[in-house]
Amino acid sequence: MEKRYWKGVEELRNDAEFVRLKNNEFFEELPVDEVLGNKADTKEATPRRDFLKFMGFGVAAASLAACEAPVRKTIPYLVKPDEVVPGIPNYYASTFFDGHDYASIVVKTREGRPIKIEGNELSSVNKGSASARVQASVLDLYDSARLKGPMAKGAEAKWDTVISDIKNKLTETAANQRKIRIVSSTIVSPTTKKVIAEFIAKYPTAKHITYDAASQYGLIKAHQLAFGKAALPTYNFDKADVIVSFGADFLNNWISPVEHARQYAVTRKLNDGKKTMSRHIQFEAQMTLSGSNADDRFKLKAGQTGAALISLYNALANKAGIATINSSAKTEVDNALSSAANELWNAKGKALVICGTNNVNDQVIVAAINNILGSYGSTMSIARHSNVRQGNDEEVAELLREMNSGEVGAVLFYNSNPLYSYPDNSAFASALGKVGLKVSFADRVDETAAKCDYICPDSNYLESWNDAEPVRNSYSLTQPVIQKLFDTRQTQELLLSWIDSPVTDYHEYLMQNWRQGVLNNTTGGASIIDWEKSLRDGVTEFSISEAEPAFIGNVTTAAEAIAGRKSSGIELVIYEKAGLGNGTHANNPWLQELPDPVSKICWDNYFAMSPSMAKAKGLEQGNVIEVKVGNITIKGPVALQPGQANDTITAAYGYGRTHVGKAGNKVGFNAYPFVNFSEGSFNYSAAGASINKTGDANYTLASTQTHHTMMGRAIVKETTLEEYSKDPRAGNEEEKLVSYKGKVSPKELDLWATEKHSGFVKPLHAWGMSIDLNACIGCGACVVACSAENNVPVVGKDEIHRSREMHWIRIDRYYTSDMDKEKAKEEGVGKLSMYGYMEEPAENPKVVFQPVMCQHCNHAPCETVCPVVATTHSSEGLNMMAYNRCVGTRYCANNCPYKVRRFNWFKYSDNPQFDYNMNDEYGKMVLNPDVIVRSRGVMEKCTMCIQRIQYNKLEAKKNGRKLKDGEIQTACSQTCPTHAITFGDYNEKDSALSKQSKNERMYHLLEELNVQPSINYLTKVRNTHQSNSKKEA
Amino acid sequence: MSNVESSLRPALILGDKTLHDITEDVCRPIEDKPNKYWWMAFGLASAIFLWWLLAVTYTIGTGLGVWGLNKTVGWAWDITNFVWWVGIGHAGTLISAILLLFRQKWRLSINRSAEAMTIFAVICAASFIVVHMGRPWVAYWPFPFANQFGSLWINFNSPLVWDVFAISTYFSVSLVFWYTGLIPDFAIVRDRAKTKARKFWYTILSFGWVGSAKNWQRFEEVSLVLAGLATPLVLSVHSVVSMDFATSLVPGWHTTIFPPYFVAGAIFSGFAMVQTLLLITRKVLNLEEYITIYHIDMMNRIILITGSIVGCAYLTEFFIAWYSGVEYEQYAFINRATGPYWWAYWSMMTCNVISPQLMWSSKLRKNLFMTFFLSIIVNIGMWFERFVIIVTSLHRDYVPSSWTMFHPTWVEIGLFIGSLGLFFVPFLLFTRFFPVIAMSELKTILKSSGSQSKKGATHE
Repeated sequence: MEKRYWKGVEELRNDAEFVRLKNNEFFEELPVDEVLGNKADTKEATPRRDFLKFMGFGVAAASLAACEAPVRKTIPYLVKPDEVVPGIPNYYASTFFDGHDYASIVVKTREGRPIKIEGNELSSVNKGSASARVQASVLDLYDSARLKGPMAKGAEAKWDTVISDIKNKLTETAANQRKIRIVSSTIVSPTTKKVIAEFIAKYPTAKHITYDAASQYGLIKAHQLAFGKAALPTYNFDKADVIVSFGADFLNNWISPVEHARQYAVTRKLNDGKKTMSRHIQFEAQMTLSGSNADDRFKLKAGQTGAALISLYNALANKAGIATINSSAKTEVDNALSSAANELWNAKGKALVICGTNNVNDQVIVAAINNILGSYGSTMSIARHSNVRQGNDEEVAELLREMNSGEVGAVLFYNSNPLYSYPDNSAFASALGKVGLKVSFADRVDETAAKCDYICPDSNYLESWNDAEPVRNSYSLTQPVIQKLFDTRQTQELLLSWIDSPVTDYHEYLMQNWRQGVLNNTTGGASIIDWEKSLRDGVTEFSISEAEPAFIGNVTTAAEAIAGRKSSGIELVIYEKAGLGNGTHANNPWLQELPDPVSKICWDNYFAMSPSMAKAKGLEQGNVIEVKVGNITIKGPVALQPGQANDTITAAYGYGRTHVGKAGNKVGFNAYPFVNFSEGSFNYSAAGASINKTGDANYTLASTQTHHTMMGRAIVKETTLEEYSKDPRAGNEEEKLVSYKGKVSPKELDLWATEKHSGFVKPLHAWGMSIDLNACIGCGACVVACSAENNVPVVGKDEIHRSREMHWIRIDRYYTSDMDKEKAKEEGVGKLSMYGYMEEPAENPKVVFQPVMCQHCNHAPCETVCPVVATTHSSEGLNMMAYNRCVGTRYCANNCPYKVRRFNWFKYSDNPQFDYNMNDEYGKMVLNPDVIVRSRGVMEKCTMCIQRIQYNKLEAKKNGRKLKDGEIQTACSQTCPTHAITFGDYNEKDSALSKQSKNERMYHLLEELNVQPSINYLTKVRNTHQSNSKKEA
Repeated sequence: MSNVESSLRPALILGDKTLHDITEDVCRPIEDKPNKYWWMAFGLASAIFLWWLLAVTYTIGTGLGVWGLNKTVGWAWDITNFVWWVGIGHAGTLISAILLLFRQKWRLSINRSAEAMTIFAVICAASFIVVHMGRPWVAYWPFPFANQFGSLWINFNSPLVWDVFAISTYFSVSLVFWYTGLIPDFAIVRDRAKTKARKFWYTILSFGWVGSAKNWQRFEEVSLVLAGLATPLVLSVHSVVSMDFATSLVPGWHTTIFPPYFVAGAIFSGFAMVQTLLLITRKVLNLEEYITIYHIDMMNRIILITGSIVGCAYLTEFFIAWYSGVEYEQYAFINRATGPYWWAYWSMMTCNVISPQLMWSSKLRKNLFMTFFLSIIVNIGMWFERFVIIVTSLHRDYVPSSWTMFHPTWVEIGLFIGSLGLFFVPFLLFTRFFPVIAMSELKTILKSSGSQSKKGATHE
């Protein structure tokens, strides 16, 4: 019998209860309903099986509650404005004019914040381009040094009381027959001028005095003497075959540099097989940006400018058969002058002579020369005059006398800061002390405003209404693109309220003025202006049919005044820098950090002198010297500037501000005191300077480029026009590498040269850029545009000195050296000494500029070395950076042959150590929301404005169309005044880029490395007969 | 105990030691209180270690901007120190692995401390890898680990990833090799222990070693396997490190000679460091009879050979630069010797090429003072070699507009000097807590018949 085992007594007994339970899977009742049903929570006991569940939830909840996530408040629109769509930018046409520079602009706003300035394509003046200062002006809006409201006697005040107080005092002053003076820099707004005219009508003792810190009064007055019209001429460099400039830096800061640069580039570009270009000869003391772009450049001391002009006049007068001027003056450049005269005469009607001095007698001679050459009406015009400088130096001198004699009862400063910029500013200050009512409309407590009774801060131009007539019959409008940030008021409105005008709203007043056709009176027969269209376009322009006036000038008187000048000893030239201009925007860190195009020094001004002069005086870069002219002594550091005339020191104004804000205060020294008043105008050079080396410790000058020559390398390829006409490939010999097969193209030695790996596949787009080195003048507008577009941090002087600038695009500037490889071979100079000589720039070097940004290599050396694949290649040919993935080994930067990668050495935002716009509540509003602010420890570099590419791709996709060539513009290519940068798609056969890449001048930087960059360059062609190695001393 | 010592060979252990003497001599530093020299050394090492801690904290807290690097020179002292420390480590592995395979018995007196040196040197090297990163808190990203960051993986093309593998393999193999050798010695210390604490700790450390035949058999087998594993590492680790440079396109880095040249340099500097350490150790711990003039002489010969290889490599580089006809390459070397960093180059040449040639003289090889002096000189020279390769190549590469100079800050100097503290603090602790000589193994080369036999074998 089978053995039977039983589990328990119950089974053995096998009673009924057991049998019933046995059929159940679970003997005990399960609390299914309690746990799964809703009853569970009513029970007090926690079921055992849920212990872990509750425990786990409890721990997780407790730990989650302990980690507090930062709360970021975003305030949604209660009522969303129609035109604002989050994420979609709006563009508004407007106008920039700060009393110095003019630009018709388009303002990009995001969610109601202006974040980027772009040039207005419709303007005939700047045609879509904007200078560095205009690009940077958007940051001035967010300058927290601006006043938040009006001030009275140094204390905060209320607008009502300030306005009524000033009004009472003005009325009283006028009633007492005491003079009221409105001192302003140049005003180009016809409507503002109308307001001022009405003000003067109401207060008859008032007078408007225009005072320009950087004056062109000499040129204006010369045209009054020569043509009976006191105005600045406009220039057409695009029509000039031969340009001779005497120290005029027309590409950098002279009158309308952006316009000039565009015109100049037209004659310099060699597209579509063009074999001609203009010839540009520069005579100058300083190494200016224009001079460094010249075909031939001759050193000429500033004191000899007049004599040189007379020589040129005489040479041309001889050819024209008119009377010459008696002159015995000789200059160092007489030979060059006579050959320049020949060239000018041969190009008669297509020639242009300009001179940079603010001296009426010099300018009369220049006007006479241009008259002989038939320039008026072709390469320049006085009929279509420019309004951008109207300063009257004599009236300013007269104002000082009036104030001193106590005749002036009230003075109003509008966009004018004479206590900083007036040469003898202490005299001005003491004279100002004798004025009863002093009002400043400055946006901050500047040097002058600090001494005023009332400060009525003017709104920023991006918050204002206004109009402008920069050039005769070219009108443009300024419109507000943001609600006023601070409690500021437009000066025009204040003036209107002081004259009890029926219309005190300036917007209303402006519209009325335009709609009433007031402009018609000034334009001579133009039809009624369409306000809406003008506002939308930003500009309204009319042609001029007026003839050029006849020459009535007297060269003999001018020549006599010139002959009376004494030129002796060391001369000092005061000039304007590309970044800071006249100093108004000194608190703009983007401008402070923009390296000078030629010296590459930023965050400072300095006494520049030629290396040979410094050697003779026993000075080195960074030595602190005292420069004494008359009774003015100023201390500053020495900088070496090859190419500068002997016995000439140069210093830039615009620095040494004391009341501008934390970025600009005490940067450099104020050079305005060296400006002197002679021959009826401010003279920006001084003779008889003496130098004295002080015992101070060496001063650190921060420079973005510390090596200045190309060391015999083919970095910037260059040829002459003569060579180029013979062979378009001249100067662009292909780089060959030595292999066992002999010399071969680097592409043949490709490690990946199999069919499968012959390059990245780019099925849709292959983005790239082409940079025409013949067009690039090195102005630096692209650098600021890039910083604004891509949230590039400002790092300050100390970090620049450590070679840690963050700019994604840089403009390399190279000087030629007296030594080159051929010369070394001919003269038997050994390799070691050859390289030694090559490091030294020549005494009068040729200069080349080369913008360098990430080259977006298709065989990128950076991509292979990154351990974490943080930098990769896109299917559109872009080299991309994933900031979040970067661990910061910097291997990519080391392996980049172009050295374009930038490392975040510190946290540059929200860090008091870098107290610039990214550490400022207001300054941060300028950041482009489409571009991330990079964190500490990651690498960054040019992205080819990938956010713009993406935006336009999506736009095209939304509209169901193909992208058009030229639709996408990178920040640099868009603002470039000379259109030297062409962005496009290599896959598009007819794109401007594809065409340009087929040019014989096309080359890739460091082609021999075969990294296959997406950026290409076009060789520089110089219209000179001198070869690079043989230069005049 | 089967080893038969030729009577014509000089004895490797002097002083008529018995097996027990060896145990006593080696265990003495562990069992006695440290002397004042040890305390002075430890105090100094701790002080500079604190400087290192401060410099590391400041760097990680503030950013790499506190160093002197710039847009052109992205690596300088950081990677110089890294390569220098890794190089130093190499001697330990060479002594314990290659010399083991070649049955060079004289290594037995020095292999333990040389291996300890390797471990601590690699730790120092690794510290520079972490600190030189812009974001050291994500220093684990170059490891291939499963992650939820998306499809992110590491870049096997990058020599830095090869470095990660090379250094981590090297460290783990060296550590295991070293520890395996320590087990029988720990057991001796355990068995002699008189305090509870010592007994407790060394029991744990000795992994239950009983000294049975099976224990010894396994010990021998593991040692041999590990020696086999470590041997290729001696050659591969520094080859991989050299590829950080060799596979780049920086003129002066892009050189196929780098792997053998770096390995020779590593052994050169490693032996110099072993000399420095042992000359002090044998004096301070009274081990002159174990680490003898013979050992020092042998190591000096290796220094002479590897130094000459390194010198040859320097000259070859120049020849190849000239022979290549490449503009940039030629300039890189001209600049190295005559440019702004000429002093670094000529310091390197003097220290690494000229001074080791003195070792041709047998008298100088056996002179303790001279050896100590030269070992320091060689280490200085080898530091300059890495500095010259890294900084002079980077500071003037392709585009002259970006040429710059590099100036170190106090933080970088602190990191370097401080890393000596990071090295010496554990090394000094090692001399107090670990048997500095592999006594169990050393006993195998003591003649089995004892001192009398030795005496009897001497010529009369």
